[in-house]
Amino acid sequence: MSFVSRGFRGRRRDHDADPSRVPPGQSVTYDFPVLSAGPTPQTAIEEWTFSIVSGGTKKTWTWDEFRALPSETVTVDIHCVTRWSKLDTTWEGVAVDTLLDDVEHDAAYVLAFCDGGYTTNLPLEDVTDGKAWIAFEYDGEALDPEHGGPARLLVPHLYFWKSAKWIRGLALRDEDEPGFWETYGYHLYGDPWREQRYAGD
Amino acid sequence: MKTIIVDVPDWPGHRAGQHLDVRLTAEDGYRAERQYSIASAPEEPVAITVERLDDGEVSPYLVDELRPGDGFELRGPVGGYFVWGREDGGPLLLVAGGSGIVPLRAILRHRRNTEGGAAVRLLYSSRSLDDVIYRAELDDPGDGVDVVHTLTRRQPPGWTGFARRFDATFLRELAWPREDDPLAFVCGPTSFVETVATALVGLGYRPERVKTERFGATGGR
Amino acid sequence: MEPLDGNAIAGLLLDVFGAEMTNATGICANCGATGKVAELEVYLRAPGTVVRCRGCAAALMVFVTVREITCVDLRGLAQLVND
Repeated sequence: MSFVSRGFRGRRRDHDADPSRVPPGQSVTYDFPVLSAGPTPQTAIEEWTFSIVSGGTKKTWTWDEFRALPSETVTVDIHCVTRWSKLDTTWEGVAVDTLLDDVEHDAAYVLAFCDGGYTTNLPLEDVTDGKAWIAFEYDGEALDPEHGGPARLLVPHLYFWKSAKWIRGLALRDEDEPGFWETYGYHLYGDPWREQRYAGD
Repeated sequence: MKTIIVDVPDWPGHRAGQHLDVRLTAEDGYRAERQYSIASAPEEPVAITVERLDDGEVSPYLVDELRPGDGFELRGPVGGYFVWGREDGGPLLLVAGGSGIVPLRAILRHRRNTEGGAAVRLLYSSRSLDDVIYRAELDDPGDGVDVVHTLTRRQPPGWTGFARRFDATFLRELAWPREDDPLAFVCGPTSFVETVATALVGLGYRPERVKTERFGATGGR
Repeated sequence: MEPLDGNAIAGLLLDVFGAEMTNATGICANCGATGKVAELEVYLRAPGTVVRCRGCAAALMVFVTVREITCVDLRGLAQLVND
């Protein structure tokens, strides 16, 4: 057991938020921390594409094609495994359902892949039925590169490391293949309400 | 800004330029860890200088809350690269951006305590005069030490010193010439360190004699 | 969020390797660039610590501490020599 420093609480403050919206072990933040494992990618929008990869087939959208798809504005709470939660965040994005509409598959899992090499794995059912978006706007403005712009995955019901920044596609898989952090011991699923931070939780 | 003297049981001694990893644990187990350069020379009691960041997690506690008798966990001293001892010679070029002055001050104090050391030029960039740390001490740095300040955001009335950021031209004027084969220590925010280190190598400093230590953009780590 | 350098993880490396590692020299397995650990690019504010090559940004070392155990991935290094 570590030595407890008298009076230390960190940045956590008492907040007015409804406690039923704050998962166990989390604290509400009013800023938007930037966590990064690498340099911010600088992909030019003319070169940006998003792909759904399924077996040997690949369906790709350019930025203009992607932005021509129907999108929606959502307000959601987000929860980071490093213990901060941010409530009522507003995003605009294309539902993953929309992107999967014309793709024939029977995959059970997806692996999100991104500029910079980051990956994260999710069950397909956790990115469908209105649970996930490819978000390109945050708080009414174009998504800042340091927060994942031009577009990131948004899966608010899971820990935010699953909401992969700088996403470039989803690979449909039969197996649940661990992504970047999952390989090093983070939980394969990541439900904040069951506090599934690490493998074995 | 606060300088805290730490009483560490069985302290093994440290070298000028090293730092400590400070870890704070709250009653519910929440933990935060930060690195702080040791501000004192090896001959002096261990001290760290902490800059209070308004949105910080650890610095407001160390500056506002910590009282004599309180404790925290630390790991160290650590660091074997950004260190200076008499045997490393000189002439020394110390370039500080903001709180990057802390480990350089330890080097200066060690040099002064051990006498007859290499010649030093300290170039120190701060936003304003109020942001200059160890001001009185640096106004009287001792023999063989030249201190040049630049205040990049606000200057007091009547200020006759520099007000520009350190760039290649500035460094060419103020740094030791390459012929002296100087040893440089550059410390401060990442972008500051990269600009200065690149410029020094551009002036002909041997890359292995330009030591760098990057702090977070806000000055802490 | 600007990255730091290997100095910031001197303590972590001391725990992992049992030795002062900031003066060690690493060779990137991806592009062959060599550099002192103290001068490598370090990303600390994340679920883990990632150390990257200044030349090509490849991940050289990754450290993730979960329940007091640190997972160490050095596959990005072709070599790490502590002189």
